Amino acid sequence: MGPLVPDIITNELNLIVALLVGVGFGFILEQAGFSSSRKLTGLFYGTDFTVLRVFFTAGATAMLGVVAFAKLGWLDASVIYVNPAFLPSAIVGGLIMGVGFVVGGYCPGTSFCGASVGRIDAMMFVAGSFLGVIGFGEVFPLVRGFYQSGSLGDVTLPTWLGVSPGVVLIGTIVVAVVAFIATGRIERRVNSSAQKTDWPVARHRLAAAGLILVGVAVGLMPSTQDRLLATAHDGSFQRAHPALTMSADEVAFRILDHDGSLLLVDVRPAATFAKMTLPGAANIRTDEFFTQASRDILSRSDRQVVFLADDEREAEDAAALAGELGFARVAVLKGGLREFSATILHPAAPAGALSGPDKDTWAFRLDAGPRLAALIKARGGAKPAPQKAKKISGGCGV
Amino acid sequence: MNTRYMNPYLAGVLLGLLLLMTIFISGRGLGASGAYRSTWTAVVVQAAPAHAAANEFFHYDASGGGPLKTWLVFEVIGVLIGGFLSGVVSDRLRLFTERPPHVTIPRRLVGALIGGALFGAGAQLGRGCTSGAALSGMAVMSLGGIVTMAAIFGSAYAVAYFVRRLWLPAPEGNHGSARS
Repeated sequence: MGPLVPDIITNELNLIVALLVGVGFGFILEQAGFSSSRKLTGLFYGTDFTVLRVFFTAGATAMLGVVAFAKLGWLDASVIYVNPAFLPSAIVGGLIMGVGFVVGGYCPGTSFCGASVGRIDAMMFVAGSFLGVIGFGEVFPLVRGFYQSGSLGDVTLPTWLGVSPGVVLIGTIVVAVVAFIATGRIERRVNSSAQKTDWPVARHRLAAAGLILVGVAVGLMPSTQDRLLATAHDGSFQRAHPALTMSADEVAFRILDHDGSLLLVDVRPAATFAKMTLPGAANIRTDEFFTQASRDILSRSDRQVVFLADDEREAEDAAALAGELGFARVAVLKGGLREFSATILHPAAPAGALSGPDKDTWAFRLDAGPRLAALIKARGGAKPAPQKAKKISGGCGV
Repeated sequence: MNTRYMNPYLAGVLLGLLLLMTIFISGRGLGASGAYRSTWTAVVVQAAPAHAAANEFFHYDASGGGPLKTWLVFEVIGVLIGGFLSGVVSDRLRLFTERPPHVTIPRRLVGALIGGALFGAGAQLGRGCTSGAALSGMAVMSLGGIVTMAAIFGSAYAVAYFVRRLWLPAPEGNHGSARS
């Protein structure tokens, strides 16, 4: 599962990848004509929409691929770099960049490209950019407050809008194709000598139709995750693969025994988890099972994983999914946290006289109940899931 | 004189596939402007360590082996090589100042310098440029990247009219022709 860094490709090798990716990037930009400032600025005067065509086609293609890879389970979307949203600095920075674009005739990537084929104006743009970065560095302490204001975190457009990535993908492709058609008309009106491509119109139409079709198919395709989740929730699947259970007494004993091979995983929502959970439990919801970090935690063969939920039913869904994903040693808390609370934390006095093992169990509960209750109370909520910090860094900011 | 440029949609698909491959391998997108910051940080950290330590701008991840040993610096070196190779293949290697006929060379170069300075500073403030924020942000549907993209292109269109003499000749008569 991607990304291949850092597990399959080391950080050192990643720099070689960067160099090769750069060669491809520079080559494609130059082939597309982006070494020419007049071609680039044609975008802003209606004479040449090459930039828009290349840019939107590239963005839509990559977006299509990322959505498809994530749905197929080939790419762990939870760790790839998503530019963080600091809206005030993003907007003001963007406005300044726009002025720089139309005055200077390049953007940073294209100026490197222009400079590499001998454009002196591109070299001046590179020199200017360097001065701009130096100047920004010197005033950074003054603008730092503004720079770091209004953070929304690494939120994506679909999350922000509350729609699925598929909807954003289809929307983007439709907008792109409409923009291609509209700008083609503008270009022909403004600039009758616009470069004719070597592709006939029919071929462009075919390509656009193909892109829309593939986009809709990928956008509507159920993800591997959704399919596995659906199977895990399916009653007949669960009856065919019953989950192992661990009794409340055993869980209580192993917690008090500081049993390091026991891993309690609370699969309830974060807010419920924060209110009350068992000592030492981690919070990993079933929809988080697919990340590489979660897999690393849940699939360790030296740990007995026990899923916790309010009732056993809920935890069984998690166990079924864990079984589908091949996690070896999983069980569910018998009767769920509700039964744990009733039998261990607030044990009801036995109806009659007890004898033998029942008597021992009752004695254990009387002893363990208050100790566990104190541990639970001492923790307040609990530590957050351990897997959430493993994002890949990227971008150009601090 | 110009060898024909690649079909823009084909170039776009190739660029998109390259970006997708980059995300799949390295977990991050393309970029450009960040390399300036790394380069300047390397200079300041060497030449004026106290100055660098006092300003958070110059802080970098010391575990990676120096400010220049970063992904973006290597990628930008690649861009220069790749652009050059494309220039060789398509016979576009020529040392000259590209400008509209009515614009003098000094004027074009001053424009490029000022534009570059604005873009460089803006890219730092906006946490990325057209490559790192706009294109790569779009690929992963980043809200921040898409807002930056809208601001860049919106601003460029808004300002284009006021600086049109940098690119378009003065109209002959009252019909504003954009022909060059």
